[in-house]
Amino acid sequence: MAEVIMPKMGDAMEEGTLLKWLKAVGDEVSEGDALAEIETDKVTLELEAQEDGFLTNTLVDEGAVVPIGEPVATIGAQDEIGKGAPAKKAPAAAETAVEEVEKAAEANAPTEQPMAAPSAAEKAEAQVVDRKPGERVRASPLVKRLAEEHGIDLSQVAGTGPGGRIINADIQPYVSGEKQAPQPTAAAQPAVAPTTTPSTGTPKGEKVDMPKIKRTTGKRMTESKLGIPHYYVTASIDMGASLDFRKQINASLEETGIRVSVNDLIVKAAALALRDHPNVNRTFVDGELYQQDAIDVNIAIAMDGGLIAPFVPAADEKSLGSIAKMTKDLGKRAREGGLTPEEYQGGTFTISNLGMFDVDEFIAVINPPQVAILAIGSVVETPVVKNGEIAVGHLMKVTLSADHRALDGAEVATFLQSVRKYLENPMLLAIG
Amino acid sequence: MPVMTYRDALRSAMAEEMERDETVVLMGEDIGIYGGTHLVTNGLIDQFGPRRVIDTPIAEGGFTGAAIGMAMAGLKPIVEMMTWNFSFLAADQIIQNAAKLRYFSGGQVNVPLVIRGPNGGGVQLSAQHTHSLEGFYGHFPGLKVVSPATPADVKGMMLHAIRDPDPVIFLEAGALYGTKGEVPEGDDEVEFGKARIAREGKDVTLISYGRQVPMLLKVADQLAEQDIDAEVVDLRSIRPFDAATIVESVRKTHRAVVVQEQWRLFSVASEVCAVIQEQAFDDLDAPVERVSGAEVPAPYARNLEVAAFPSVEQVVSAARRVLYLEA
Repeated sequence: MAEVIMPKMGDAMEEGTLLKWLKAVGDEVSEGDALAEIETDKVTLELEAQEDGFLTNTLVDEGAVVPIGEPVATIGAQDEIGKGAPAKKAPAAAETAVEEVEKAAEANAPTEQPMAAPSAAEKAEAQVVDRKPGERVRASPLVKRLAEEHGIDLSQVAGTGPGGRIINADIQPYVSGEKQAPQPTAAAQPAVAPTTTPSTGTPKGEKVDMPKIKRTTGKRMTESKLGIPHYYVTASIDMGASLDFRKQINASLEETGIRVSVNDLIVKAAALALRDHPNVNRTFVDGELYQQDAIDVNIAIAMDGGLIAPFVPAADEKSLGSIAKMTKDLGKRAREGGLTPEEYQGGTFTISNLGMFDVDEFIAVINPPQVAILAIGSVVETPVVKNGEIAVGHLMKVTLSADHRALDGAEVATFLQSVRKYLENPMLLAIG
Repeated sequence: MPVMTYRDALRSAMAEEMERDETVVLMGEDIGIYGGTHLVTNGLIDQFGPRRVIDTPIAEGGFTGAAIGMAMAGLKPIVEMMTWNFSFLAADQIIQNAAKLRYFSGGQVNVPLVIRGPNGGGVQLSAQHTHSLEGFYGHFPGLKVVSPATPADVKGMMLHAIRDPDPVIFLEAGALYGTKGEVPEGDDEVEFGKARIAREGKDVTLISYGRQVPMLLKVADQLAEQDIDAEVVDLRSIRPFDAATIVESVRKTHRAVVVQEQWRLFSVASEVCAVIQEQAFDDLDAPVERVSGAEVPAPYARNLEVAAFPSVEQVVSAARRVLYLEA
């Protein structure tokens, strides 16, 4: 039996919609016969048979979105009609070992990345469909129960029942573990539709390979940005005292080889502020808030091709020296790809620091299920008024992105006051 | 185990209990000298005499009322309705008196009465003589209603019915009187309120009672040829109603087809569907299907009568639909 696949009808095409079957199973077909109507991003056209024979199986229902290259039907001899429909493609993920770094992105992808549409390969492995945001998922009661018990995100599962209902047969490969289950997103937000193809007139350009970590980070960040009601509060912190303090510490630590960075001071300050404001040290999952006792502060680290955010566990209880040692080690191993999952899966609050790149300020995307992320700008020498006189201040703008379902503006503002208190009175960092 | 017909099993239950308990008496039209229109009581007048096998006038309301009085006074009458269609004439006695006397009297009086006879159609008796009354009588608290499908069950349930202290509506599958099956020897009572798994399976649950049960076994055989493993549940008892067995089966198969000869609306199948959605909602993979009699008075013509009742083909199609297969 020969497979009829979803053809690639243009460079930008990743998938097509099977609009209508023009032939039924059992029909005799000749090369060139129109088998079905398919729709790409731009046009509707006919899918033609590439050989003579009988339409032995149709593998997708009308309305299904099919990645290019995926089989939609088979053509064979008359006695093969309805028989031996090839098993749906085995998941790509089962064939390729998932690299640690990809898991890292899945588990803990921080900060701002442009969104990526799920790749064709990802779709094939999960038998996913794109439902419009907010579109009702039709599933049998049994399927809904199994999905909850097994943590399967039904918004991504194709349904073969009437009206697209997801039935037991559709979900069994995930329940049995035969296929990797689509996971519910942390904030249980509707799956995001891929961005549309640029309108005509946009230069075509060459397609750039996207590492999987970038795609998964992008997917998570899109879900976060579209699903979480972000808002932003910015504060300027005078880092003069902290810079002096850091100099002193590093001078006294010279023999040990440990160097405390500005970022380490911020990690410690944020951790102490979280201890004072446990309402910021929470997670939001499925409509519920969860208090986190441990204060585990993630730091976003740029790697080749993506981002990862390992965390400093119990950062409020650690000395600046041990925070410094730990962040240095984590950064080094992150860039070498040597982090273990325990080091990046988790965390309760994230810091993203672009201060070393001479930026004034920026805003970050929340790393779900956390409820806040702190974006750090550069320290800039600025004239400030102190006691009625103009002096040179070392101002650093920090912006907290918060989830409005979990935190109100005043809560965020007082948290930032607390961060400022620690950074402008750095002795508190040594004794906290 | 001896093999006997549904009719003989029924008769032997009554005869055995009449031997054991002299308060058991039979009443009905032509049940004595003539031996019963369906020969169910054939020969019993010779064995027990006319004081215990009583031929009555053609007056269902009268003799049913008399039997209720006899039951209140300590006898255990078994009243034959020549067919259940004639029970409409006695419905006032059955519903207003038999079903309610225990309640009205605060438990001081009970009515150990059995009313039995052939129920349902399939033998070309036309509209006035073709009714399936399990939904009708099942509606009334105070009555017990059973509908056995096999010789073993008809015997065991008749023994239980006679011994039951309350009025029992005993709906025999008239079309099955001549069917044979193994019947345990001796006093093998079958209690009410327990459905029977007539065939075990894992893919789909087929639920019925009475005359439809042998048909469902044929359906299951056909489905087996299509690699579909059907479970057949024989309700046996309509009131009390065994929801637990239905729910347990649906939890296993995740889908069900309910089959009945009676009309679809306000029927036993409606009740089965309601119980499934109440107690097994999260286990359902497809809406429950009902296959019922056509919504017309039963036709006389053979071809129309066959068309008006559930068929093997209809049930096979329904089973395939709940499995999301092409019907």
